[in-house]
Amino acid sequence: MWIAMLIVFGFVISVIWTVFSKGMKAMSWDMISKLPGGGFYIGKEGGFLNAIVGSLYIVGASTVLGLIISIPVVFFLNVYLKRDSKLAYTARMAFDVLFGVPSIVYGAFGFTIMIYFGLRTSLLGGIIVITLLIIPIFIRTMDEATRNFPGDILDASFSLGATRWETLRVVLRQIAPGIATATLLSIGRAIGDAASVMFTAGYTDSIPTSLSQPAATLPLAVFFQLQSPIPEVVDRAYAAALVLTVIVLILSISSRFITNRFSKNKI
Amino acid sequence: MIEVKELNVHIKGNHILKNVNVTLPEKQITCIIGPSGCGKSTLLRTLNRLIDTTEGVKLEGKVLVNGQDILSSDADVTDLRRKIGLVSQRPCPLPMSIFDNVAYGCRINKMFNKRRQLVYQVQKNLKAVGLYDEIRGRIRTPAARLSIGQQQRLCLARSLAVEPDYILADEATSALDPISAKTVEDLFVSLKEQYSIIMVTHTLRQALRIADHVVFMYLGEIIEQGPAEQVFHNPKEELTQKYLAGAFS
Ligand SMILES: Nc1ncnc2c1ncn2[C@@H]1O[C@H](COP(=O)(O)OP(=O)(O)OP(=O)(O)O)[C@@H](O)[C@H]1O
Ligand SMILES: [Mg+2]
Repeated sequence: MWIAMLIVFGFVISVIWTVFSKGMKAMSWDMISKLPGGGFYIGKEGGFLNAIVGSLYIVGASTVLGLIISIPVVFFLNVYLKRDSKLAYTARMAFDVLFGVPSIVYGAFGFTIMIYFGLRTSLLGGIIVITLLIIPIFIRTMDEATRNFPGDILDASFSLGATRWETLRVVLRQIAPGIATATLLSIGRAIGDAASVMFTAGYTDSIPTSLSQPAATLPLAVFFQLQSPIPEVVDRAYAAALVLTVIVLILSISSRFITNRFSKNKI
Repeated sequence: MIEVKELNVHIKGNHILKNVNVTLPEKQITCIIGPSGCGKSTLLRTLNRLIDTTEGVKLEGKVLVNGQDILSSDADVTDLRRKIGLVSQRPCPLPMSIFDNVAYGCRINKMFNKRRQLVYQVQKNLKAVGLYDEIRGRIRTPAARLSIGQQQRLCLARSLAVEPDYILADEATSALDPISAKTVEDLFVSLKEQYSIIMVTHTLRQALRIADHVVFMYLGEIIEQGPAEQVFHNPKEELTQKYLAGAFS
């Protein structure tokens, strides 16, 4: 057991150490503030601002879209359907399955659809696929937070002469940590996923100015540039990996923090 | 005074309360007794229309509070619930601190302008239920961390803080040790000068100690009601006699 723990810890530390040591060496202000010069694969100049902005666009838009779609679904599952109906059960199982589907399958699915509609790799394609990818995560985590919601809280609030609106605020307060955790988890998955955006968002050197242009993303910045024979480009890949790792670390630590801080309210 | 007239409650097609006629006197302690599942909680929840939140419920009849039918569609339910506070059977702290739990009702009803008055009100009611000394220094911590018995008293304090006219207490002492239960009982006795108290209890000895008026229910029907003295010592109905005998033997 201890040996297993040691192996796991050693592994985690060496991954982080590799990323940080190589990434820090390559890191500079230019990296995160400049576009790649002379092509991302061969050009020695510039950084990967294109990937940072592309990732932000895709993740930001998908998170908003995902929330807009998931909240009504969660509401439907928990309020409209009542806890244990067959439909709710089936829906939950379906979301569990979707949760487990590898992201390359989402990528392939998105790609097929895009071909069907005659779309080329684009920011829009990336946003749609990432939205699909994170919806199951959103729904499952928010559903968990809402399902255990004690209905007695409604009674308690109403009994004190609260209006529906005032009561809704209490409800939100109770489930807010759940929504926050769901959002952070989803962002974490969305930002780090390479397979699903490979065929759908594509990759470019520039920052997309419309939804129909391809967009670069951080994971693909690592993936493509690491294969380059030119050391400066490989450095860019490591710096991109560092940025990605830091973002994911921050997200997961803050979701932990939120869960810990607010679970005190419940237990 | 609350007068319930020919009240019938159906939940999802089940006839839960059957032709209930009850008079609940003012500034007295009324105890509702009866076996589990006979509809005591349902009756209390009807009195402040909390039953509205239950799914598939159908109400017939009248509930007159000071002559006004609160079941009519133009009744102001929010105001009604403030005037008729319900302490429910399962204590349920709101997801906030102990202080905020008690202050919540005062805040939404805009009872005080000054913070000092609010703090005083919160402390007064926490003291009344015997919780203040126990939780001293923890008043800003989440209420959900209190023990069940403490939560039960917190919920009582929370209801008292909005100063309702009626207090409906559904087994308010069920999770309490004899000494805390006694505190709450004494509190009720002292409160009846200002409030009308309607409480459900499974402890007949408690009812015997503090009730002025008693209502005995069985399978959704009111079997007997009247002054405590008469119902306990001279019950008219055979069912009441049997229930009391069974409980006291
Ligand atoms: N939401 C509901 N849906 C279906 N049936 C209900 C609902 N609420 C109450 N009932 C039924 O109504 C009947 C009366 O319930 P109630 O809670 O009023 O009993 P009670 O007298 O308070 O019992 P106890 O002493 O155990 O608290 C029970 O048979 C119960 O199953
Ligand atoms: Mg009950």
